[in-house]
Amino acid sequence: MKPPAKMSKPTSLFVIFFSLFVMSEAVFEDQVGKFDWRQQYVGKTLFAHFDSHSQSSKKLFLATDKNIFASFNSRTGELFWRHVDKAGPEGTIDILLLHGQDALMVVGGGRLLRSWDTNMGGLNWEAVLDTGSFQAACFVAMQDTVKHVAVLKKAAISLHYLTNGHQKWVENLPDSDTVQYQAVYSGGEEEVYVLGVVPNSHLTIIAYSLEDGEIIKQRSVEAPWLSSVESSCVVVGHGVLMCVDTATLALYALPIQAEEAPQFNQILLQVTPVQPRLEVSPGFQPVLVSSQPHPARSPISEFFLQLGPDHHVLLQLNADGYTIAPLRDFQPAFLVSFSTTGEKTVAAVMTPKNETSDVFPPQLYVHAFLKKDDSVGYRVLVQTQDHALTFIQQPGRVVWTREEALADVVTMEMVDLPLTGTQAELEGEFGKKADGLFPMVLKRLSSQVILLQAWLAHLWKLFYEARKPHGQVKNEVTIETLSRDEFNLQKMMVMVTASGKLFGIDSKSGSILWKHYLENVQPNAVFKLIVQRTTAHFPHPPQCTLLIKDKDTGLASLHVFNPIFGRKSHIAPPALPRPILQSLLLPVIDQDYAKVLLLVDDQYKVTAFPSTKNVLQQLQEMASSIFFYLIRSDQGNLSGFRLRKDLSTERIWEVVLPTEVQKIVAVNGKRPNEHVHSQGRVMGDRSVLYKYLNPNLLAVVTESTDAHPERAFVGVFLVDGVTGRIIHEAVQRKARGPVHFVHSENWVVYEYWNTKSRRNEFSVLELFEGTELYNSTVFSSLDRPHLPQVLQQTYIFPSPITTMEATLTEKGITSRHLLVGLPSGAILSLPKMFLDPRRPEVVTEHSREENLIPYAPEMPIRTEWFINYNQTVARVKGIYTAPSGLESTCLVVAYGLDIYQTRVYPSKQFDVLKDDYDYVLISSVLFALFFATMISKRLAQVKLLNRAWR
Amino acid sequence: MASVSRSFLLLSIIPTILILCADFACCNTGRKTGDGLDTDFSGFSVPLEHSFEVDDVSRFRMRGALQLRGGRETSVSLSQSQLSEEDRNNLKEVAAVDGLYKIRVPRVSLTDRQTERQMDGYLTAFVRACSLVESHLSDVITLHTDVSGYLIGVSIVTIPGACRGTEVEDEVDLEAFNTTLTIIPPTNAPQPETALFIERMDIEHEKRGKPQEQKSFFAKYWMYIVPLVLFLMMSGAQDQSGVGAANGGGR
Repeated sequence: MKPPAKMSKPTSLFVIFFSLFVMSEAVFEDQVGKFDWRQQYVGKTLFAHFDSHSQSSKKLFLATDKNIFASFNSRTGELFWRHVDKAGPEGTIDILLLHGQDALMVVGGGRLLRSWDTNMGGLNWEAVLDTGSFQAACFVAMQDTVKHVAVLKKAAISLHYLTNGHQKWVENLPDSDTVQYQAVYSGGEEEVYVLGVVPNSHLTIIAYSLEDGEIIKQRSVEAPWLSSVESSCVVVGHGVLMCVDTATLALYALPIQAEEAPQFNQILLQVTPVQPRLEVSPGFQPVLVSSQPHPARSPISEFFLQLGPDHHVLLQLNADGYTIAPLRDFQPAFLVSFSTTGEKTVAAVMTPKNETSDVFPPQLYVHAFLKKDDSVGYRVLVQTQDHALTFIQQPGRVVWTREEALADVVTMEMVDLPLTGTQAELEGEFGKKADGLFPMVLKRLSSQVILLQAWLAHLWKLFYEARKPHGQVKNEVTIETLSRDEFNLQKMMVMVTASGKLFGIDSKSGSILWKHYLENVQPNAVFKLIVQRTTAHFPHPPQCTLLIKDKDTGLASLHVFNPIFGRKSHIAPPALPRPILQSLLLPVIDQDYAKVLLLVDDQYKVTAFPSTKNVLQQLQEMASSIFFYLIRSDQGNLSGFRLRKDLSTERIWEVVLPTEVQKIVAVNGKRPNEHVHSQGRVMGDRSVLYKYLNPNLLAVVTESTDAHPERAFVGVFLVDGVTGRIIHEAVQRKARGPVHFVHSENWVVYEYWNTKSRRNEFSVLELFEGTELYNSTVFSSLDRPHLPQVLQQTYIFPSPITTMEATLTEKGITSRHLLVGLPSGAILSLPKMFLDPRRPEVVTEHSREENLIPYAPEMPIRTEWFINYNQTVARVKGIYTAPSGLESTCLVVAYGLDIYQTRVYPSKQFDVLKDDYDYVLISSVLFALFFATMISKRLAQVKLLNRAWR
Repeated sequence: MASVSRSFLLLSIIPTILILCADFACCNTGRKTGDGLDTDFSGFSVPLEHSFEVDDVSRFRMRGALQLRGGRETSVSLSQSQLSEEDRNNLKEVAAVDGLYKIRVPRVSLTDRQTERQMDGYLTAFVRACSLVESHLSDVITLHTDVSGYLIGVSIVTIPGACRGTEVEDEVDLEAFNTTLTIIPPTNAPQPETALFIERMDIEHEKRGKPQEQKSFFAKYWMYIVPLVLFLMMSGAQDQSGVGAANGGGR
């Protein structure tokens, strides 16, 4: 842990000056991984390949919807390496092809063609493709060796060398404005075939010469029933195009390479000699599945026909090329797949064990290999709907499971763990109602006995474990052994993911303790997680409520669960027939200590949850003091409401920001669990500057509709959420979003892009009441007539940021830090001291007394401020902070693609002894002093006695 | 449509109010209200309405007229009538049940031309009726505008703002409003102060840099060097003779 590095000469004076009180924060080498952990994810799998290059290979290659190309260890599920591309359509992986040691990838809608070395994960080459939307790609083989890759675009086809990515030839496709080219096929001959379709009219087959891209033949086949090659056709056997027609329920076979004018051979499903008769489930579009094991050879002649969601038939194309023979009927069967090794092909069929299987697997990947005794072995990778990736080995054993839903965490909360059984027993004694003297005494005695028992058990365990070698002692965390530690440093992280899967993760080890998949969650749903009852009310279990709202319709539903065990609560949530506009958690508690959640619907009617008689009565009593606000950013409207006794509402204030000028981008109140220890700041002259601590204050950030760099601005409004009074209105000229901001205590910190100077800037607003408090006992928004003094200062920040949060501690005594997520994946712990609008331009006696850092326009980034050293968090999306039982310690979770958990100590560990604290020395000194006093006392006594005798 | 008809009504009401005008609260940010130069430059008036009902259902009535003046220096003044006997009693009743006293102004723009000035909708604010009564109708009304001169919000507070439950005996105290009116445009947030910082650094540099540049090493430490050199020379002279003697002895 080094003090801040010294800068060059001109600024060294300042650096030395304030390095005296700026905490340096970093981890020692031996502390790495002690208090922190990171988990890396990749997202939902789009393409997966097994490394079949060598027999003993344990590699798996995945391309995901998060634009990631990754390699896993198939034995453990650990990540070998991963390449994170740009987020958004620019980095989308269109296709992943694997051949030998080369993995070929088309990226960004046909923008780039990349080849990766699968051994090391390095990039072999990258080629920029011509413009045009990507359609298909395949390997092209010549004389049994794969040398080229063909890429089909909307209007062109190009052939690239596998070795260096150079383009061999590119040809425009004829009539590309009318014909939709959708597939490219190569069976190891001298030609590459492009299949296009004019929907409901005809099919076009073009054969290109491999050598120079010359069109060898071009055919057109009548196919009035065909609308898409991609979805209804596959190539089977020796170049036979097999298509399925939904309307007539017939299969059509067509030899692609046929010389003379080809015709589709119709094979009606109903009349095929199949027992039982093949029937398509109503409303289902049949799908064909085939396999081409090696690009130099033709596809195998067996193929699957899916007739319903759970019905597949394995068929075989006969040698004549236009008749089929059924091999086997599979029902129920959800997923099928082929895999080939050597001369043997495995057809995998996934059958559900029980009908009520809630996680329907959408994808299945099978890898077959030859065992030593020449029998076929297989491994299976299954991607389920809840984004879990499961790897299964031959006898049906699950080797590992990866919860890839965690790559997209939407929101999270940290919940205290419950007390241990013995502690709970003690608590329970006080919790229960008194029923006479004698039972109370008995209860007390019994709980004491239980405590004694637990203590003895603990001692025994200690004794027992002390005899074992150190490494063998395992501290497995299971849901049963979960209990709060001494300083409440271990908590339950409840994470909500975009796929609708909830997770309970132990914050100390990062192990997933429970998971719960919510079905029927729309992909565009928004979530709000509310802790209604914490663990503090013992006999009652903690209770969390998840509000799931459909973004389009606004219709919402509630999921009530126990955050420690993940179980759904037996409490029935209220039915919400109307779209929900706002939800607010009141400090009002019902008789079971659950906080009341109010839900406001689009008719401004309020639903309370829980809505017991007790709650409704309390609400009626308090109605006139319950205010809430609604924001309609599309209309620029902010309005305030007051609750009436009958749970209807009345509109009491309205502020309208015209949408022609600016649009509301974000609104942020303060965190309700935040404590402010100090009411004011002691200034250099010993007077006190009181903070304006309005708990109802909202920070509203707007961006101008005019995007011109000279006229663009960012607006910051501080609005009282109860009275609608605009406390402060600041306009940052020549500024543009994205704006990230934190609102806490009496300050707002925001970050924006300066369009004129082309840099990121940080601005801080602090509000003070002045040197006198208006009403020091209680804060009321209704009685605070004077506007606060607002101080503001702006700084240059040398990096863009992706997210921002402030540290939070138990009592708010510890100084605050800002946790800034940078695009590089680093998380910066920036002392709030640097963002202080009272930083003086000129150093005076008073400012030195106050420990104010002299103003410098540029905010430093010191590498020792990175709390996650080299454990970068890719695409960090949010940072969550929670207080621990130790005032000095704040728990931090950063989530994005990865999840990183650590602890930060903004004012150092002032309440914790250091790890290397010398207990032996201190205690030996103490003992030595103690004995020295004893001895000297004795000696003194003897001396006194002797003197007295004299 | 409602707002349009109300504004017609307003036009007919304004002259009567101006005559009745008992209390004239005004404010501007620069020039006087009666400045002749400004009057022809887009001075216009909008109604200020208020509502106080025992059952808390809003029924807005005219309280006065806001004289707004746009342009470079926006200013605002308010002409309002006294509260009638009925209103006074009503207000006291509302205060007794802890009702709200609400005000509203229509959404207007201070800069646009007359035709586009008015938008539909109102800006509303409230204060507890009891605090209005106890403060003897001394209120502070603030109008907020955005960068392009649109009114975006209104706020009302009373001074003192608390409700202590003191009875207002004197009816005269509740007759006329004692209004302080301000219009607040947005403040410009500061930019990073680079120029000043660089200037300061330069000064600092000069302060420290000058003596170093002027004095050379020798000039700075001559008082140490000269005696040292002298001492060396002296001792060297002595030594040389000694060395010479030794050398001589060696040969």
